[in-house]
Amino acid sequence: MTVVPETAEQVRVPAEVRRARILGFTYLLLAAVVYFLLAVGTEGEVTFRFGDQPGDIDFTFSSAGLATFTAIVFAFLGGVQLTKGFGKKTNVVLGGAMGLFILAFLGWAAAGESLSMVGMLESTLFLAAPIAFGALSGVMCERVGVINIGIEGMLLTGAFTGAVVGSVVSPFFGLIGASLAGGILALALAVLAIKYRVDQIIAGVVINIFALGITSFLSAQVLVENAQEMNNPGVMGPIKIPILGDIPVIGRIFFDQNIFIYALYLIVIGMTYGLFRTRWGLRSRSVGEHPKAADTLGIKVFRTRYVNVFLGGLIAGFGGAFFTLGAVGAFNENMTAGRGFIGLAAMIFGRWHPVGALGAALVFGFADSLQFKLAVIGSGIPSEFLLMAPYVVTIIVVAGVVGKARPPAADGQPYIKQ
Amino acid sequence: MSEENNVKENEGQSEEPRWMERVAPKEVDWSSLVIIPLLAVLSALIIGAVLIILTDGWGNVLPAYSALFKGAFVGWGSISETLLAATPLIFAGLAVGIGFRAGLFNIGAQGQMVMGGLLAVVVGFSFDGLPAVVHVPLAILAGFLGGALWGFIPGILRARTGAHEVITTIMLNFIAFRTLEYLLKLPRIQQEGRFDPISKEIAESAQLPRLLTWLPVENADQLRLHLGFLIALGAAWVVYWILFKSTIGFEFRAVGANPDAARYGGIGVAAAITMVMVIAGGLAGLGGANETLGVYHRAFPGFTATIGFDAIALALLGRSHPAGIVAASILFGALAAGGRTMQAVAGVGIDLIVVVQALIIVFIAAPELVRAIFRVKVGKETGQITRGWST
Amino acid sequence: MVMLIAGHGRSLLKLELRNVTKRFPGVLANDSVNLTVQSGEILGLLGENGAGKTTLMNILYGLYLADEGEILVDGTVVAFDGPGDAIDAGIGMVHQHFMLVPVFDVTENVVLGVEPTKGPAGTIDMAEARRAVEEISNNYRLDVDAKAMVEDLPVGIQQRIEIIKVLFRDAEVIIFDEPTAVLTPQEVEDFFGIINGLKESGKGIVFITHKLGEVLKVADRIAVLRRGKVVGEAAPNEISKQALAELMVGRPVDLVVDKEAASPGDVVLSVTDLAVVDSRQHTAVDGVTFEVRAGEIVGVAGVQGNGQTELVEALTGLTPPLAGQILLGGEDVTFASPRHMHLSSVAHVPEDRQRSGLILDFDLAENLVLDSYYDEPYSKGSRMDWDYAHHRAGELIEQYDIRTPSSTVTAGTLSGGNQQKLIVAREFSRDVRLIIASQPTRGIDVGSIEYIHNRIVEERDEGSAVLIVSSELDEILALSDRILVMYRGKIVAEVPGAEATATQLGLYMAGSTA
Repeated sequence: MTVVPETAEQVRVPAEVRRARILGFTYLLLAAVVYFLLAVGTEGEVTFRFGDQPGDIDFTFSSAGLATFTAIVFAFLGGVQLTKGFGKKTNVVLGGAMGLFILAFLGWAAAGESLSMVGMLESTLFLAAPIAFGALSGVMCERVGVINIGIEGMLLTGAFTGAVVGSVVSPFFGLIGASLAGGILALALAVLAIKYRVDQIIAGVVINIFALGITSFLSAQVLVENAQEMNNPGVMGPIKIPILGDIPVIGRIFFDQNIFIYALYLIVIGMTYGLFRTRWGLRSRSVGEHPKAADTLGIKVFRTRYVNVFLGGLIAGFGGAFFTLGAVGAFNENMTAGRGFIGLAAMIFGRWHPVGALGAALVFGFADSLQFKLAVIGSGIPSEFLLMAPYVVTIIVVAGVVGKARPPAADGQPYIKQ
Repeated sequence: MSEENNVKENEGQSEEPRWMERVAPKEVDWSSLVIIPLLAVLSALIIGAVLIILTDGWGNVLPAYSALFKGAFVGWGSISETLLAATPLIFAGLAVGIGFRAGLFNIGAQGQMVMGGLLAVVVGFSFDGLPAVVHVPLAILAGFLGGALWGFIPGILRARTGAHEVITTIMLNFIAFRTLEYLLKLPRIQQEGRFDPISKEIAESAQLPRLLTWLPVENADQLRLHLGFLIALGAAWVVYWILFKSTIGFEFRAVGANPDAARYGGIGVAAAITMVMVIAGGLAGLGGANETLGVYHRAFPGFTATIGFDAIALALLGRSHPAGIVAASILFGALAAGGRTMQAVAGVGIDLIVVVQALIIVFIAAPELVRAIFRVKVGKETGQITRGWST
Repeated sequence: MVMLIAGHGRSLLKLELRNVTKRFPGVLANDSVNLTVQSGEILGLLGENGAGKTTLMNILYGLYLADEGEILVDGTVVAFDGPGDAIDAGIGMVHQHFMLVPVFDVTENVVLGVEPTKGPAGTIDMAEARRAVEEISNNYRLDVDAKAMVEDLPVGIQQRIEIIKVLFRDAEVIIFDEPTAVLTPQEVEDFFGIINGLKESGKGIVFITHKLGEVLKVADRIAVLRRGKVVGEAAPNEISKQALAELMVGRPVDLVVDKEAASPGDVVLSVTDLAVVDSRQHTAVDGVTFEVRAGEIVGVAGVQGNGQTELVEALTGLTPPLAGQILLGGEDVTFASPRHMHLSSVAHVPEDRQRSGLILDFDLAENLVLDSYYDEPYSKGSRMDWDYAHHRAGELIEQYDIRTPSSTVTAGTLSGGNQQKLIVAREFSRDVRLIIASQPTRGIDVGSIEYIHNRIVEERDEGSAVLIVSSELDEILALSDRILVMYRGKIVAEVPGAEATATQLGLYMAGSTA
């Protein structure tokens, strides 16, 4: 007897209808906000520069015109959302709408000036990097079912170790040292979570507190006095890739960056291929989805978790070195400032997929980059609120997306063998 | 589908670890409640000593630790400082602990304290000529409300959207710090004549009165312990009553132990989650008000120090039970007060205390570790609090 | 049926368990068990819930380590370090609760752990894997689509994936743990066909079950386990159903529930055109209409997954329905909350006692007041009266024969049967006019089953309306005055209890409208 699996149609539940309606009204409200705040009374033009030199690839708009256009688009979107809805494309449309909103906002804030978009995009990738490393580390761990809240601590320790070893030995060994530091912390997390079955979130929080304490302690006791010898590794500058780096616009953004960004590309590609095409990936994912099933098939659940969490730690440690060896050139107490947690949000936003995590990190990086830009062009918004922007965005993302995304089924649960 | 296949055959013993026993146990199991914490503290101190040896040499260990001990317990000054440091910890520890009881991980005590403390200060300097009997409770209430608001946000987000409170509260912490910086520069709030972010001083009628200044000892008027300590003890008692003697506390605990069963029993899980976070936020807010009204008499960035994070350790140490939290807070207060002396006298950085605290948490959360080191019999198995990212 | 054997088979295998003993804290699960399993025969391992059958097979499969005793493969003692070793020795297991990863497809689930690879990086050769899966599926007439996503497949098909899994690994002895729990009578017949086919191609089968009828039908040899010991072995033609039941339970057993004819009164529950959506937004209950009267037991039969869970959730207020109406004694309770239903004298025995019915970390008194704590006499205003709660708990423990040292132990320490009795005590001890019981005797010992069945009939005789949802046909046939059959979210048949037969119900449960 053959049973054909039926394709059940999905029913639109009242809750969903309500959510769609709220979105529709939000569009309309935003349309009004955009018009009255950004269009009315705004004078001047804004130029978006995409080329290297002023005048290369420029787009000039009247700021008020741009804002009005955006308002009209929003009103239209609101109308469609309230009547028909966008179905599966709702999120894509939302993303596009947000992009347009940001353009209009920039147009208003920078009225009468010109903005280097290439610079902004470059810095987006740059600022996104540590968040992306955090997110990738998270993906590595959570795909096998271990929640890693300790990414923040691993980034911090990586930054510290990278700076010290980078100063005392060489930046290259600084990278190795940073990765190992992250890996060791991750092993500690793994031991606590897997062997002693400590709640994974507690274990992660502990790692963070511990990392903060020890790096601050050592920094104050040792680094401050010996700054020249121990906290002076310098910054690893950008390396331009031949041929690819010469492509206009894209070359400058993607192929003229430092070693960390290139490592990021490799990790994303490697992790995606590994997780979804290889034996290792299938087994790892099975451990995260249904460890009991994996166990019954002879897969070593504990060992898989240890290995993958260690790898995740290596990634986080390496990413931590970005702060010191890639950006600042020296270690400061608590210099990661929550980037690890934003990385976790990026991981959730990216639906636990390496490419998604990178994409999400870019969104956060963009928010950061935007904030710097606004500070530079003097937008009249208090700096404190701009500094808050990434955190607010994180909350919105987590609140809006989490309910719909599915983490690996056994995420966060210790595996108990009899 | 396969979920329906998931009913476990009960062969006389349940497989899943009793998670609540680890974090918020009901029965008094002496080995867990007393011996393990003691050994945990001991182990952490030993590792701390190792750190001192590594950075400062053997010779400094004894002076450092004896300064630590003296600064915490010897003399009225030390006792006053210890209990003073313990007070905000009690509030924050209760804030985290009550969250644990409901299955929520409230890392936002920091931010809730900031908002509570700030609002209390504003009430503190905004009114002139009020009698202390009115002004103090008013300011304290403001502190509660400020923190309660900051707890409400992650609570309702968790209840309505499933957004995990670990991330939202951490983000709100950062947002709270920035908001504080911004508000402290507003002319209405900022101290006249200053350009750095610091608030006006509160009126004398809003200050929390000191408790020990009548003692017949030298420098008694310098003893800083204030009313906040008694309020903290009161809060602990109230939390105890709520959790174990009231209907609403039963609901909180049920939601924390098994939200499905709680729903089946008719308990509104979303409402319970939101309410717990509001109360937790309010408790932390009281802690913030305690600092601004009782210690500093004004608000400035960083007035909450690392209390919010210490609170997590406290809640774990105290098994999320108000009595345990009070005891653990006094311990940590001792470490803080003694740590300052240790830094001043022996030159050992105060961050060492942070490391010691982190280690204490590790040993508490993993008693098997302690057992492995000391060969002590351990109580029940460790378990988990959270169930992953979404509800 | 002629069967082609896939893969390189090994010839005859003989497994022996000698004096195997296994202890868990407080429980002697297996007590010096001696058992033999051979290629080419079906061994039925019979015992009631909790007798130790699954534990024994888990030892054989390498999931547990025996405390005493040994396992012999073809006369040589072996030590299994894990399922990997057992698989290498030619042993395969199809578990009671399927070990399938829902988000993987069929092929990925089958090859997990023994994936065919190509290239240096360990890339999986999916084409080869699919081919192998399809080959096995065709050879044994299993008809499974290698590309389908497991979570979209019905339970009966998922079981076949498990069978392909063990065949892919060249299993010579296959253990089936309670395989028919989730199948309709027709699917059970198909399943017997499949395992007979496997037997004929030389495999040895162990068939673990608590269902007497099945084991008598299909096994070549039957071994009965009780309280961890083998208490009897026989061939099916040598022993009667009654004798087997007594061996299983250890005392004379009444296989039939003593029940007089019902005298139904007024309509208590009236459901009209009810539609409910499940957690994945699919329609689970598709326009259901029925009534339950006072003083009658209505049984809802059907294989799990046909909407019964969602139906009960809608009736008890846990899930708001998409459409339709629910009337309780004339009052519209379509969107009522669980609390409202409780206050309207509706009792609910949930299908998953450990997930929804009890809080395992709370003590018995706290569990007993789980749905009534908010009102007198258990609380006054906002203050709980724990003394009274414990006192009442003591009374109920006596009355309902719950085996426990006191009311202060946590519910998690009780056995399955006692946990269920605790829930029944909580629900039946107050005045109720409607009882909704979902899988009320799943996974519990025979003594508790008897007790709960008798209590249900008592409640009916006192005038309550009773709605029982169960996938155990025997239970439905024993208790119901009227039987409704659910299939794909609809009620496809209504049969008076006295006239119903398993075969007839089985046809309805499988979707045919005879």
